[in-house]
Amino acid sequence: MSNKLFAVLISAGLLVGGFWLGQHLATNSPVALVGDADRYTSNAAARITAGTALDASVGASGTGTTIDVFNGESIQAAVKRASSGDIIRVYPGTYQETVYIDKDDIWLTGVIQRGHWPILEGNHTLNDAILYSGNNITVENFRITHYKGNAIMGQAGNNFLIRNNHVIDTGVYGIFPQLGKNGLIERNILSGIEDAAIYVGMCDNIHVNNNEVFENVAGIEIENTRHAIVENNKVYNNTGGILAFITPGLPIKTTYDVIIRNNFISDNNHVNFGAPGSIVAGVPSGSGIVVMAADQVTIEGNIITNNKNVGIVITDHQSFANISLDPESDPNSDQVAILNNVMFNNGYQPINEISALKLVNLIKNDVDIVNVGTSADSCILDPGKYVTLGLDDYGRCNFSDTHGTVSYLLPEPAEPHPFTDTEKGKMAYYGICTGCHAYNVRMIGPPVQIIQALYMDNPEGLADYIAKPIKKREDYPEMPAQNYLSPELRLAVAKFMLGVDNQGQFNDPALNQNP
Amino acid sequence: MRIFFAFFCLFAWPLDLAANIALSDRCPPGFELTPNNQCQLHSLYDQYNSLYGQGVGGLKTALPSRRDGFSPQQIDLGRLLFFDPLLSGDNTLSCASCHHPALGFADGRATPLGINGASNHRAAPSLWNMAFLTRFFWDARATSLEAQMQGPLYSPREMGTTPAALLQKLNSNESYKHLFSVAFPNANQHITLDQIYAAVAAFETSLVSLNSRYDRYAHGHQDALSDTEIAGLNIFRSFVARCAECHTPPLFTNQQIAVIGVAEPMGQSFDYGAGTIFNNPSWKGGFKVPSLRNIARTAPYMHNGVFKSLKEAAQFYTNGRGHALDTERKKELLLHWHIWEPNLTDEELDQLVAFMHTLTDEQFTPPIPKALPSGLPPIGVLPSPLADTLTSKHLKN
Repeated sequence: MSNKLFAVLISAGLLVGGFWLGQHLATNSPVALVGDADRYTSNAAARITAGTALDASVGASGTGTTIDVFNGESIQAAVKRASSGDIIRVYPGTYQETVYIDKDDIWLTGVIQRGHWPILEGNHTLNDAILYSGNNITVENFRITHYKGNAIMGQAGNNFLIRNNHVIDTGVYGIFPQLGKNGLIERNILSGIEDAAIYVGMCDNIHVNNNEVFENVAGIEIENTRHAIVENNKVYNNTGGILAFITPGLPIKTTYDVIIRNNFISDNNHVNFGAPGSIVAGVPSGSGIVVMAADQVTIEGNIITNNKNVGIVITDHQSFANISLDPESDPNSDQVAILNNVMFNNGYQPINEISALKLVNLIKNDVDIVNVGTSADSCILDPGKYVTLGLDDYGRCNFSDTHGTVSYLLPEPAEPHPFTDTEKGKMAYYGICTGCHAYNVRMIGPPVQIIQALYMDNPEGLADYIAKPIKKREDYPEMPAQNYLSPELRLAVAKFMLGVDNQGQFNDPALNQNP
Repeated sequence: MRIFFAFFCLFAWPLDLAANIALSDRCPPGFELTPNNQCQLHSLYDQYNSLYGQGVGGLKTALPSRRDGFSPQQIDLGRLLFFDPLLSGDNTLSCASCHHPALGFADGRATPLGINGASNHRAAPSLWNMAFLTRFFWDARATSLEAQMQGPLYSPREMGTTPAALLQKLNSNESYKHLFSVAFPNANQHITLDQIYAAVAAFETSLVSLNSRYDRYAHGHQDALSDTEIAGLNIFRSFVARCAECHTPPLFTNQQIAVIGVAEPMGQSFDYGAGTIFNNPSWKGGFKVPSLRNIARTAPYMHNGVFKSLKEAAQFYTNGRGHALDTERKKELLLHWHIWEPNLTDEELDQLVAFMHTLTDEQFTPPIPKALPSGLPPIGVLPSPLADTLTSKHLKN
């Protein structure tokens, strides 16, 4: 692991430190109030109010039928059979497979009987336990172990619910939703992960609560994600406890509006066993909370103890190890707010770079909170409670708590765009049919005009034909079946085609047909 | 067979056809003609969302924002220009000499040959789905197709023409003058560089490939892919191989810069790529992540074409961080954090390759013009793999 953290600033610090400290002690200017007083009481992004269940808008509906999977059977076979709305109940046993869910609204639930769990066993050879791309997926009550990649990975699925899972040594990440909106991760237990145990990447409207994460390189990481709350988690004996990052070089460039509150963050002194070159390999052992380049991160009500390097560190891209610079990412952590937390016995064995900064600033005590780099419009509510380093530009927070913001989860599920059948038919017509059919010209297939004349008032007939075409014309090639389109979409495109009076140009038959 | 036919036409076509060339008033496949004579692209991906409109995600994710709205006439004029060797300094090379439709709009070579056989050091990229990209060239130095095309046009090692020569040749061609006046009806009688760039960009953005078997799977047809191909997809998106982290669906690129540590062929100096262009030391050896759509059609691979097959290219990613670099280079380069040692098995590599083959779709391939306003044979010098095929077939016959 690298301790390059802060190294950049050392030399500058040594030069100007003494002068700067003298200046600082000599002045006693009033401290600015920072932040709107109603930041969390009238937070436009806060959607759920007190009293609403957190899982109200996430997870599967359970409106379909139930499919039972017993030891010795395949979970994936059940997923293949399942339709949206179905519940797949997995009974205790050992399942050695990768389960992928490329459907919406599937409820994957483990049945725990007398302490026996359904176990997903990767044998250190399988890549991932569960992959999903659909919306409204629930994954719960599984013990997942010995995979190489992830326990549970989501790509672009919205409204996900991942809870009550026990994840042990599943490789790079434990629970990793990516590019999703509106998701709840609660009551999972994760350990032995060589990157982040819970890693929320490029998501929006996220709630991570009541999880237990230990013996990982990073406990919980919120990366390039907005509107997230991390609360009531037990985070101990990781290399770094909770991270809020902007990682450069990703297509979604920001992290902001993150609350880290009421967590137990202690003894995160595990040796860093991150893969060489990974970003977490640059997290120094003994770091409670690390904020890197993320904005509007509010830290409140946490118990942060016995983290040997530092309790909270706020840093920027320039000062962090292993980080490339991305001109499209703002490298600084701005508008950070540190409210009331309980902190003690942190920073008793800091990395060399922090030791050097302490020396320059004549600080002898163990340090709870360090800020490195520029952090505009940041604040700390009661700096007298902690030993701090580099927080002199922080104002006093103009708000004292985040109680007014219960969750950023949405009151209703994030919905796909509501398109009419006509609109979808149009997408399919231009997206697919125009490759072979034009309105009034022969292309690879017959002109749309001729098709219209044949099927005038019979879109159902046309929809049936495109699913199972038969060779009709000697002088045209046989049409390939379009049965990969759903029956609804086939009817929609048939209706659109019969109504269309537009043109489309044809490909060169010489290029598209074998002469 | 098809290629032979094209070759035959190249010599046999009567030159006087040039006078009869007219521009299409219809949009290419995939596009709707709007009442104000613009071609508007439609796709089944339009049903979906993507976070912040970035067009990265999973199976049912919207595409990045697109460039469309050119007129049918502009697109068709662009097609004529694209295939016309008049655009090169010595009338031998067209855009298609390095971006040939039969070679996935690339040239099938490690690095392209320019004017008078000049060598170049970076591979000719495919032009499919340019409408969705925001950065051009391997080193991402251009932000528009108009800016991009001036590179090869005026490079003395590529097409070797000059703005003055280009304007002079086109403006002295009555047929082109007429066609430009049709494609740009409110403009001056004199053909301008901006009109040339706009027309070629119009054609390039019409090259759309979104109907592969993968796409059928993505839109919900479970049987579109075989078990092997699905196993490949699962490796592709798994966090072990991590392919999808940068080659992110639905375009199979996240359009970022990545330093992956490919070495140069023997004797060639190291290519610092985007690091030089952006003066960013952490991007030394960094290149734009290319889309993988139609990737099976565009071997060889990487910015310098060092890998002959998809298997070799996939193998690179499992051979370990920085394995191809010498010690000095290793120190100098900040390799992307996703480059690691996934320890994929040979079977897994084969599955990955099988999956990448499902990204092929060339249904909307445009026609090569049968004749050009310049009277020159369309395309001009063929990319050498096609020329070689022709020669061998010719000899056999």
